[in-house]
Amino acid sequence: MKYTGEHEWLRAEGDLVVVGITAYATEQLGDIVFVELPEPDTAVSKGDEIVVIESVKAASDILAPLNGTVVEINSALVDDPTLVNSDPLGAGWFFKMKLSDPSELAGLMEEAAYNDLIA
Amino acid sequence: MTELDKTALHDLHIELGAKMVPFAGYSMPVQYPAGVMQEHLHTRRDAGLFDVSHMGQVILRGAKAASELEKLVPVDISGLREGRQRYGFFTDDTGGILDDLMIANRGDHLLVVVNAACKTSDIAHMRKNLACEIDAVQDRSLLALQGPEAENALKKIVPGVEPMKFMDVGTYPSPYGELWISRSGYTGEDGFEISVSNNQATALARALIDQDAVLPIGLGARDSLRLEAGLCLYGNDIDKTTSPVEAGLDWAIQKVRRADGARAGGFPGAEQILHELEHGTKRKRVGLLPEGRAPMRAGTQLFADETSEHSIGNVTSGAFGPSIECPMSMAYLEAGYSAPDTIIFGDVRGKRHPAKVSTMPFTPANFKR
Repeated sequence: MKYTGEHEWLRAEGDLVVVGITAYATEQLGDIVFVELPEPDTAVSKGDEIVVIESVKAASDILAPLNGTVVEINSALVDDPTLVNSDPLGAGWFFKMKLSDPSELAGLMEEAAYNDLIA
Repeated sequence: MTELDKTALHDLHIELGAKMVPFAGYSMPVQYPAGVMQEHLHTRRDAGLFDVSHMGQVILRGAKAASELEKLVPVDISGLREGRQRYGFFTDDTGGILDDLMIANRGDHLLVVVNAACKTSDIAHMRKNLACEIDAVQDRSLLALQGPEAENALKKIVPGVEPMKFMDVGTYPSPYGELWISRSGYTGEDGFEISVSNNQATALARALIDQDAVLPIGLGARDSLRLEAGLCLYGNDIDKTTSPVEAGLDWAIQKVRRADGARAGGFPGAEQILHELEHGTKRKRVGLLPEGRAPMRAGTQLFADETSEHSIGNVTSGAFGPSIECPMSMAYLEAGYSAPDTIIFGDVRGKRHPAKVSTMPFTPANFKR
Protein backbone atom coordinates (compact mmCIF):
# COMPACT_ATOMS: atom_id res chain seq x y z
CA MET A 1 0.00 0.00 0.00
CA LYS A 2 1.20 3.50 -0.91
CA TYR A 3 -0.04 6.86 0.35
CA THR A 4 -0.31 10.48 -0.81
CA GLY A 5 -0.15 13.70 1.17
CA GLU A 6 -3.83 14.15 0.24
CA HIS A 7 -4.66 11.16 2.49
CA GLU A 8 -5.32 8.73 -0.34
CA TRP A 9 -4.14 5.11 -0.38
CA LEU A 10 -3.20 3.16 -3.52
CA ARG A 11 -3.02 -0.63 -3.72
CA ALA A 12 -1.68 -2.44 -6.79
CA GLU A 13 -4.09 -5.04 -8.21
CA GLY A 14 -2.75 -6.70 -11.35
CA ASP A 15 -1.92 -3.91 -13.78
CA LEU A 16 -4.37 -1.53 -12.04
CA VAL A 17 -4.25 0.44 -8.79
CA VAL A 18 -7.20 0.71 -6.40
CA VAL A 19 -7.62 4.15 -4.79
CA GLY A 20 -9.40 5.17 -1.58
CA ILE A 21 -8.94 7.49 1.38
CA THR A 22 -7.34 6.68 4.71
CA ALA A 23 -9.07 6.07 8.04
CA TYR A 24 -7.45 9.29 9.26
CA ALA A 25 -9.11 11.21 6.41
CA THR A 26 -12.54 9.75 7.20
CA GLU A 27 -12.15 10.70 10.86
CA GLN A 28 -11.40 14.30 9.85
CA LEU A 29 -14.30 14.44 7.39
CA GLY A 30 -16.92 12.93 9.69
CA ASP A 31 -19.92 10.95 8.48
CA ILE A 32 -19.95 10.85 4.66
CA VAL A 33 -23.39 11.31 3.09
CA PHE A 34 -22.71 11.65 -0.64
CA VAL A 35 -20.09 10.46 -3.14
CA GLU A 36 -19.90 11.59 -6.78
CA LEU A 37 -17.62 9.40 -8.90
CA PRO A 38 -16.13 10.02 -12.35
CA GLU A 39 -17.31 8.17 -15.45
CA PRO A 40 -15.28 5.01 -16.20
CA ASP A 41 -12.73 5.41 -19.02
CA THR A 42 -11.92 8.99 -17.97
CA ALA A 43 -8.34 10.07 -18.62
CA VAL A 44 -7.03 12.03 -15.63
CA SER A 45 -3.94 14.03 -14.74
CA LYS A 46 -2.35 14.08 -11.32
CA GLY A 47 -4.15 16.68 -9.20
CA ASP A 48 -7.44 16.67 -11.15
CA GLU A 49 -10.51 16.83 -8.88
CA ILE A 50 -12.22 13.60 -9.86
CA VAL A 51 -14.35 12.60 -6.86
CA VAL A 52 -16.61 14.81 -4.74
CA ILE A 53 -17.51 13.68 -1.27
CA GLU A 54 -19.88 15.43 1.07
CA SER A 55 -19.79 14.81 4.79
CA VAL A 56 -22.14 16.12 7.45
CA LYS A 57 -19.73 19.06 7.65
CA ALA A 58 -18.72 20.06 4.11
CA ALA A 59 -17.90 19.09 0.54
CA SER A 60 -14.35 17.89 -0.32
CA ASP A 61 -12.59 16.91 -3.52
CA ILE A 62 -10.52 13.79 -4.04
CA LEU A 63 -7.66 14.34 -6.48
CA ALA A 64 -6.23 11.99 -9.06
CA PRO A 65 -3.07 10.68 -7.32
CA LEU A 66 -1.13 10.12 -10.57
CA ASN A 67 -1.65 10.36 -14.36
CA GLY A 68 -3.71 7.61 -15.95
CA THR A 69 -7.20 6.43 -16.81
CA VAL A 70 -10.04 5.60 -14.43
CA VAL A 71 -11.27 2.20 -15.58
CA GLU A 72 -13.66 1.11 -12.82
CA ILE A 73 -15.66 2.89 -10.12
CA ASN A 74 -17.18 1.63 -6.86
CA SER A 75 -20.87 2.20 -7.64
CA ALA A 76 -21.86 0.80 -4.22
CA LEU A 77 -20.78 4.11 -2.69
CA VAL A 78 -23.48 6.02 -4.54
CA ASP A 79 -26.18 4.08 -2.67
CA ASP A 80 -24.27 3.68 0.58
CA PRO A 81 -21.67 6.41 1.15
CA THR A 82 -21.22 5.24 4.76
CA LEU A 83 -19.02 2.40 3.42
CA VAL A 84 -16.25 5.00 3.23
CA ASN A 85 -16.47 5.54 7.01
CA SER A 86 -17.06 1.91 8.00
CA ASP A 87 -14.40 0.30 5.78
CA PRO A 88 -12.16 2.98 4.24
CA LEU A 89 -9.37 0.58 3.24
CA GLY A 90 -11.71 -2.12 1.89
CA ALA A 91 -15.31 -1.79 0.71
CA GLY A 92 -14.98 2.01 0.76
CA TRP A 93 -12.60 2.18 -2.24
CA PHE A 94 -13.42 4.88 -4.85
CA PHE A 95 -12.00 3.83 -8.21
CA LYS A 96 -9.44 1.69 -10.04
CA MET A 97 -7.08 3.32 -12.49
CA LYS A 98 -4.51 2.27 -15.05
CA LEU A 99 -1.41 4.38 -14.55
CA SER A 100 0.23 6.06 -17.55
CA ASP A 101 3.60 5.26 -15.96
CA PRO A 102 3.33 2.40 -13.43
CA SER A 103 6.82 3.17 -12.13
CA GLU A 104 5.47 6.41 -10.56
CA LEU A 105 3.72 4.34 -7.88
CA ALA A 106 7.05 3.62 -6.24
CA GLY A 107 7.58 7.36 -5.69
CA LEU A 108 4.64 7.67 -3.27
CA MET A 109 4.86 7.40 0.51
CA GLU A 110 5.23 4.15 2.43
CA GLU A 111 2.97 3.53 5.42
CA ALA A 112 5.64 4.60 7.92
CA ALA A 113 6.14 7.95 6.18
CA TYR A 114 2.37 8.51 6.03
CA ASN A 115 1.99 7.70 9.72
CA ASP A 116 4.68 10.28 10.47
CA LEU A 117 2.72 12.82 8.39
CA ILE A 118 -0.47 12.42 10.43
CA ALA A 119 1.23 11.96 13.81
CA MET B 1 -6.68 36.93 17.93
CA THR B 2 -8.79 37.46 21.01
CA GLU B 3 -9.11 34.75 23.61
CA LEU B 4 -12.25 32.64 23.26
CA ASP B 5 -14.74 32.66 26.12
CA LYS B 6 -15.48 29.37 27.85
CA THR B 7 -18.76 28.16 29.27
CA ALA B 8 -18.96 26.65 32.75
CA LEU B 9 -19.11 23.21 31.08
CA HIS B 10 -15.84 23.64 29.16
CA ASP B 11 -13.80 21.16 31.21
CA LEU B 12 -16.61 18.60 30.98
CA HIS B 13 -16.68 18.91 27.17
CA ILE B 14 -12.94 18.21 27.04
CA GLU B 15 -13.29 15.27 29.42
CA LEU B 16 -16.05 13.83 27.19
CA GLY B 17 -13.75 14.01 24.17
CA ALA B 18 -15.51 16.87 22.38
CA LYS B 19 -13.98 18.48 19.33
CA MET B 20 -14.01 22.19 20.24
CA VAL B 21 -14.46 24.98 17.69
CA PRO B 22 -14.77 28.77 17.91
CA PHE B 23 -18.41 29.85 17.73
CA ALA B 24 -19.66 33.40 18.37
CA GLY B 25 -16.58 34.14 20.46
CA TYR B 26 -16.86 30.95 22.53
CA SER B 27 -15.02 27.67 22.45
CA MET B 28 -17.90 25.24 21.89
CA PRO B 29 -18.23 21.48 21.23
CA VAL B 30 -19.07 20.80 17.57
CA GLN B 31 -19.24 17.04 18.17
CA TYR B 32 -18.37 14.33 20.66
CA PRO B 33 -16.85 10.93 19.80
CA ALA B 34 -20.25 9.52 18.69
CA GLY B 35 -20.19 11.93 15.71
CA VAL B 36 -22.80 14.24 14.21
CA MET B 37 -24.92 11.52 12.59
CA GLN B 38 -25.27 9.35 15.72
CA GLU B 39 -25.79 12.38 17.96
CA HIS B 40 -28.60 13.56 15.72
CA LEU B 41 -30.32 10.16 15.58
CA HIS B 42 -29.90 9.61 19.31
CA THR B 43 -31.63 12.91 20.08
CA ARG B 44 -34.64 11.97 17.93
CA ARG B 45 -34.79 8.45 19.43
CA ASP B 46 -33.86 9.05 23.11
CA ALA B 47 -32.52 12.34 24.41
CA GLY B 48 -29.60 14.72 23.91
CA LEU B 49 -28.01 17.30 26.19
CA PHE B 50 -26.77 20.54 24.63
CA ASP B 51 -24.67 23.27 26.25
CA VAL B 52 -26.24 26.53 25.08
CA SER B 53 -24.67 28.70 27.77
CA HIS B 54 -23.17 30.96 25.10
CA MET B 55 -26.64 32.36 24.52
CA GLY B 56 -27.62 35.54 26.34
CA GLN B 57 -30.05 35.43 29.26
CA VAL B 58 -31.42 38.88 30.07
CA ILE B 59 -33.92 39.92 32.74
CA LEU B 60 -36.29 42.84 32.16
CA ARG B 61 -37.84 44.12 35.35
CA GLY B 62 -40.40 46.78 36.15
CA ALA B 63 -44.15 47.29 35.91
CA LYS B 64 -43.83 48.47 32.32
CA ALA B 65 -41.34 45.84 31.10
CA ALA B 66 -43.87 44.12 28.81
CA SER B 67 -45.18 47.29 27.17
CA GLU B 68 -41.63 48.63 26.88
CA LEU B 69 -40.37 45.49 25.09
CA GLU B 70 -43.26 45.83 22.64
CA LYS B 71 -41.45 48.95 21.34
CA LEU B 72 -38.78 46.66 19.84
CA VAL B 73 -40.64 43.46 18.88
CA PRO B 74 -43.85 43.00 16.82
CA VAL B 75 -45.09 40.49 19.39
CA ASP B 76 -47.89 40.53 21.98
CA ILE B 77 -45.87 40.68 25.21
CA SER B 78 -48.48 42.39 27.38
CA GLY B 79 -50.84 39.49 26.68
CA LEU B 80 -48.23 36.83 27.51
CA ARG B 81 -49.48 35.08 30.66
CA GLU B 82 -47.29 34.35 33.65
CA GLY B 83 -45.60 30.97 33.26
CA ARG B 84 -45.63 31.13 29.46
CA GLN B 85 -42.99 31.76 26.79
CA ARG B 86 -43.24 33.07 23.25
CA TYR B 87 -40.98 33.41 20.19
CA GLY B 88 -40.18 36.83 18.75
CA PHE B 89 -37.62 39.00 17.00
CA PHE B 90 -36.11 42.47 17.21
CA THR B 91 -36.83 44.37 14.00
CA ASP B 92 -35.00 47.35 12.51
CA ASP B 93 -36.37 50.48 10.81
CA THR B 94 -36.40 48.83 7.38
CA GLY B 95 -38.34 45.80 8.66
CA GLY B 96 -35.29 43.53 8.79
CA ILE B 97 -34.52 41.20 11.69
CA LEU B 98 -31.81 42.19 14.21
CA ASP B 99 -32.07 38.94 16.17
CA ASP B 100 -34.63 36.35 17.15
CA LEU B 101 -35.35 35.55 20.77
CA MET B 102 -37.51 33.74 23.30
CA ILE B 103 -39.48 35.81 25.81
CA ALA B 104 -40.77 34.29 29.06
CA ASN B 105 -43.15 35.85 31.58
CA ARG B 106 -41.74 34.76 34.95
CA GLY B 107 -44.13 36.75 37.13
CA ASP B 108 -42.25 39.75 38.46
CA HIS B 109 -39.93 39.89 35.42
CA LEU B 110 -39.45 38.88 31.79
CA LEU B 111 -36.59 36.55 30.86
CA VAL B 112 -35.39 36.88 27.29
CA VAL B 113 -32.91 34.51 25.65
CA VAL B 114 -30.98 35.89 22.67
CA ASN B 115 -28.36 34.55 20.25
CA ALA B 116 -24.74 34.50 21.37
CA ALA B 117 -23.44 36.44 18.38
CA CYS B 118 -26.01 39.22 18.92
CA LYS B 119 -26.19 39.45 22.70
CA THR B 120 -23.93 42.48 23.15
CA SER B 121 -25.79 44.51 20.53
CA ASP B 122 -29.18 43.25 21.75
CA ILE B 123 -28.47 44.37 25.31
CA ALA B 124 -27.25 47.77 24.11
CA HIS B 125 -30.35 48.07 21.91
CA MET B 126 -32.65 47.35 24.86
CA ARG B 127 -30.76 49.64 27.26
CA LYS B 128 -30.98 52.48 24.75
CA ASN B 129 -34.67 52.10 23.97
CA LEU B 130 -36.44 50.59 26.96
CA ALA B 131 -37.45 52.41 30.16
CA CYS B 132 -37.14 49.40 32.46
CA GLU B 133 -34.44 47.65 34.46
CA ILE B 134 -32.26 45.45 32.23
CA ASP B 135 -29.93 42.88 33.80
CA ALA B 136 -27.69 40.60 31.77
CA VAL B 137 -27.53 37.31 33.68
CA GLN B 138 -23.84 36.43 34.05
CA ASP B 139 -23.93 33.78 36.76
CA ARG B 140 -26.13 31.19 35.07
CA SER B 141 -25.58 28.56 32.39
CA LEU B 142 -28.17 27.24 29.97
CA LEU B 143 -28.64 23.56 29.10
CA ALA B 144 -31.07 22.10 26.59
CA LEU B 145 -32.36 18.56 27.10
CA GLN B 146 -34.16 17.41 23.95
CA GLY B 147 -35.85 14.28 22.69
CA PRO B 148 -38.68 11.85 23.49
CA GLU B 149 -36.90 10.64 26.65
CA ALA B 150 -36.20 14.18 27.93
CA GLU B 151 -39.14 14.18 30.35
CA ASN B 152 -38.22 10.80 31.86
CA ALA B 153 -34.61 11.90 32.28
CA LEU B 154 -35.40 15.26 33.86
CA LYS B 155 -38.17 14.12 36.21
CA LYS B 156 -35.71 11.82 38.00
CA ILE B 157 -33.78 14.93 39.00
CA VAL B 158 -36.57 17.48 39.13
CA PRO B 159 -39.85 15.80 40.09
CA GLY B 160 -42.80 17.92 39.07
CA VAL B 161 -41.79 18.93 35.54
CA GLU B 162 -44.07 16.32 33.94
CA PRO B 163 -47.23 18.50 33.73
CA MET B 164 -45.38 21.27 31.85
CA LYS B 165 -46.63 21.78 28.31
CA PHE B 166 -44.84 23.19 25.27
CA MET B 167 -43.78 26.79 26.00
CA ASP B 168 -44.58 26.64 29.73
CA VAL B 169 -41.93 28.12 32.04
CA GLY B 170 -41.39 27.70 35.75
CA THR B 171 -38.95 27.78 38.67
CA TYR B 172 -38.11 24.44 40.30
CA PRO B 173 -35.99 23.59 43.36
CA SER B 174 -33.43 20.82 42.77
CA PRO B 175 -30.25 19.32 44.26
CA TYR B 176 -28.48 21.70 41.83
CA GLY B 177 -30.10 24.83 43.18
CA GLU B 178 -33.02 26.74 41.76
CA LEU B 179 -33.64 25.87 38.11
CA TRP B 180 -35.48 28.09 35.63
CA ILE B 181 -37.05 25.63 33.22
CA SER B 182 -38.98 26.07 29.98
CA ARG B 183 -40.50 23.28 27.91
CA SER B 184 -39.02 24.30 24.58
CA GLY B 185 -36.00 23.83 22.36
CA TYR B 186 -34.47 24.00 18.91
CA THR B 187 -34.78 20.46 17.58
CA GLY B 188 -38.48 19.92 16.84
CA GLU B 189 -38.58 17.42 19.69
CA ASP B 190 -40.16 17.64 23.11
CA GLY B 191 -37.66 18.89 25.65
CA PHE B 192 -36.55 21.45 28.16
CA GLU B 193 -34.23 24.42 28.41
CA ILE B 194 -32.77 24.71 31.88
CA SER B 195 -31.09 27.75 33.39
CA VAL B 196 -28.80 26.70 36.26
CA SER B 197 -26.23 28.61 38.32
CA ASN B 198 -22.73 28.34 36.84
CA ASN B 199 -21.33 26.56 39.89
CA GLN B 200 -23.94 23.77 39.65
CA ALA B 201 -24.03 23.45 35.85
CA THR B 202 -21.44 20.69 35.48
CA ALA B 203 -22.99 18.61 38.27
CA LEU B 204 -26.44 18.89 36.68
CA ALA B 205 -25.04 18.02 33.24
CA ARG B 206 -23.30 14.95 34.69
CA ALA B 207 -26.49 13.80 36.43
CA LEU B 208 -28.28 13.98 33.08
CA ILE B 209 -25.67 12.29 30.87
CA ASP B 210 -25.10 9.59 33.51
CA GLN B 211 -28.49 8.27 32.42
CA ASP B 212 -28.38 5.75 29.56
CA ALA B 213 -30.95 7.65 27.49
CA VAL B 214 -28.95 10.91 27.44
CA LEU B 215 -25.93 11.64 25.21
CA PRO B 216 -24.07 14.96 25.01
CA ILE B 217 -24.72 16.62 21.63
CA GLY B 218 -22.57 19.17 19.80
CA LEU B 219 -23.30 22.12 17.55
CA GLY B 220 -23.08 19.95 14.41
CA ALA B 221 -26.13 17.87 15.28
CA ARG B 222 -27.85 20.93 16.75
CA ASP B 223 -27.71 22.42 13.25
CA SER B 224 -29.01 19.35 11.39
CA LEU B 225 -31.76 18.86 14.00
CA ARG B 226 -33.00 22.44 13.74
CA LEU B 227 -32.86 22.35 9.94
CA GLU B 228 -34.97 19.17 9.79
CA ALA B 229 -37.37 20.92 12.16
CA GLY B 230 -37.57 23.90 9.74
CA LEU B 231 -36.25 26.34 12.35
CA CYS B 232 -34.32 29.44 11.27
CA LEU B 233 -30.70 30.06 12.21
CA TYR B 234 -30.04 33.76 12.74
CA GLY B 235 -27.23 34.92 10.46
CA ASN B 236 -28.08 32.24 7.86
CA ASP B 237 -31.81 32.14 7.24
CA ILE B 238 -32.81 35.45 8.79
CA ASP B 239 -30.89 38.69 9.23
CA LYS B 240 -31.18 42.45 8.66
CA THR B 241 -31.89 41.88 4.95
CA THR B 242 -34.87 39.55 5.54
CA SER B 243 -38.22 40.62 6.92
CA PRO B 244 -40.29 38.39 9.22
CA VAL B 245 -42.96 38.15 6.53
CA GLU B 246 -40.50 37.01 3.84
CA ALA B 247 -39.17 34.51 6.38
CA GLY B 248 -42.65 33.09 6.96
CA LEU B 249 -42.54 34.09 10.62
CA ASP B 250 -45.78 36.08 10.45
CA TRP B 251 -47.40 33.50 12.79
CA ALA B 252 -45.29 35.10 15.56
CA ILE B 253 -46.93 38.52 14.98
CA GLN B 254 -50.19 38.36 16.93
CA LYS B 255 -53.35 40.13 15.73
CA VAL B 256 -53.13 42.75 18.47
CA ARG B 257 -49.93 44.15 16.88
CA ARG B 258 -51.23 44.10 13.29
CA ALA B 259 -53.19 46.77 11.44
CA ASP B 260 -56.56 47.27 13.21
CA GLY B 261 -55.20 45.55 16.36
CA ALA B 262 -55.55 47.27 19.74
CA ARG B 263 -51.76 47.91 19.84
CA ALA B 264 -51.07 47.97 16.10
CA GLY B 265 -47.53 48.81 15.04
CA GLY B 266 -45.28 50.74 17.38
CA PHE B 267 -42.18 48.64 16.62
CA PRO B 268 -39.25 49.44 14.29
CA GLY B 269 -40.13 48.87 10.63
CA ALA B 270 -43.84 48.60 11.44
CA GLU B 271 -44.93 50.40 8.29
CA GLN B 272 -43.01 47.99 6.04
CA ILE B 273 -43.95 44.84 7.96
CA LEU B 274 -47.67 45.70 8.23
CA HIS B 275 -47.69 46.51 4.51
CA GLU B 276 -46.10 43.14 3.73
CA LEU B 277 -48.61 41.31 5.93
CA GLU B 278 -51.39 42.79 3.85
CA HIS B 279 -49.86 42.70 0.36
CA GLY B 280 -47.36 39.85 0.47
CA THR B 281 -43.67 39.84 -0.41
CA LYS B 282 -41.64 39.35 -3.58
CA ARG B 283 -39.75 36.41 -2.12
CA LYS B 284 -40.42 33.78 0.49
CA ARG B 285 -38.47 31.39 2.67
CA VAL B 286 -39.13 27.80 1.57
CA GLY B 287 -37.91 24.30 2.19
CA LEU B 288 -36.15 22.42 -0.62
CA LEU B 289 -35.65 18.69 -1.12
CA PRO B 290 -32.86 18.19 -3.70
CA GLU B 291 -33.22 15.09 -5.86
CA GLY B 292 -30.43 12.56 -5.36
CA ARG B 293 -28.03 12.69 -2.43
CA ALA B 294 -25.93 15.82 -3.06
CA PRO B 295 -26.69 18.53 -0.47
CA MET B 296 -27.35 22.08 -1.71
CA ARG B 297 -25.47 24.13 0.85
CA ALA B 298 -25.76 27.81 1.86
CA GLY B 299 -24.98 30.10 -1.07
CA THR B 300 -26.24 27.74 -3.79
CA GLN B 301 -27.90 29.83 -6.51
CA LEU B 302 -31.34 28.73 -7.69
CA PHE B 303 -32.84 28.85 -11.19
CA ALA B 304 -36.20 28.19 -12.85
CA ASP B 305 -34.75 25.71 -15.33
CA GLU B 306 -31.49 24.11 -16.47
CA THR B 307 -30.31 26.96 -18.68
CA SER B 308 -31.74 30.29 -17.46
CA GLU B 309 -29.14 32.82 -16.30
CA HIS B 310 -31.59 34.70 -14.08
CA SER B 311 -31.27 33.54 -10.46
CA ILE B 312 -34.64 33.19 -8.72
CA GLY B 313 -33.19 32.75 -5.26
CA ASN B 314 -30.51 31.22 -3.09
CA VAL B 315 -30.03 28.60 -0.40
CA THR B 316 -29.46 29.92 3.15
CA SER B 317 -28.93 26.58 4.94
CA GLY B 318 -28.35 23.14 3.50
CA ALA B 319 -27.20 19.78 4.79
CA PHE B 320 -27.94 16.08 4.82
CA GLY B 321 -30.86 15.18 7.10
CA PRO B 322 -29.87 12.11 9.12
CA SER B 323 -33.47 11.30 10.11
CA ILE B 324 -35.06 11.94 6.71
CA GLU B 325 -32.04 10.25 5.06
CA CYS B 326 -31.82 12.76 2.25
CA PRO B 327 -30.46 16.26 1.67
CA MET B 328 -32.56 19.28 2.66
CA SER B 329 -32.21 23.04 2.33
CA MET B 330 -33.82 26.28 3.37
CA ALA B 331 -33.90 28.95 0.67
CA TYR B 332 -35.43 32.22 -0.41
CA LEU B 333 -37.30 32.01 -3.72
CA GLU B 334 -39.23 34.50 -5.81
CA ALA B 335 -42.85 34.16 -4.68
CA GLY B 336 -43.97 32.75 -8.05
CA TYR B 337 -41.78 29.69 -7.51
CA SER B 338 -42.48 29.16 -3.82
CA ALA B 339 -45.52 26.85 -4.01
CA PRO B 340 -44.89 23.34 -2.60
CA ASP B 341 -43.91 20.71 -5.20
CA THR B 342 -42.54 23.31 -7.65
CA ILE B 343 -39.37 21.95 -9.28
CA ILE B 344 -36.47 24.41 -9.41
CA PHE B 345 -32.74 23.93 -10.09
CA GLY B 346 -29.70 24.57 -7.93
CA ASP B 347 -26.18 25.14 -9.25
CA VAL B 348 -23.92 22.66 -7.45
CA ARG B 349 -20.30 22.76 -8.63
CA GLY B 350 -21.32 24.16 -12.02
CA LYS B 351 -24.10 21.63 -12.67
CA ARG B 352 -27.83 22.28 -12.37
CA HIS B 353 -29.57 19.77 -10.12
CA PRO B 354 -33.37 19.61 -9.62
CA ALA B 355 -34.94 20.23 -6.22
CA LYS B 356 -38.54 20.25 -5.08
CA VAL B 357 -40.05 23.03 -2.99
CA SER B 358 -41.28 21.46 0.25
CA THR B 359 -43.29 22.50 3.26
CA MET B 360 -41.45 22.51 6.57
CA PRO B 361 -40.73 20.99 9.02
CA PHE B 362 -39.07 18.15 7.12
CA THR B 363 -39.62 15.91 10.17
CA PRO B 364 -42.91 16.12 12.10
CA ALA B 365 -42.70 18.15 15.31
CA ASN B 366 -43.00 16.12 18.49
CA PHE B 367 -44.04 18.70 21.09
CA LYS B 368 -46.05 18.08 24.23
CA ARG B 369 -49.08 20.32 23.71
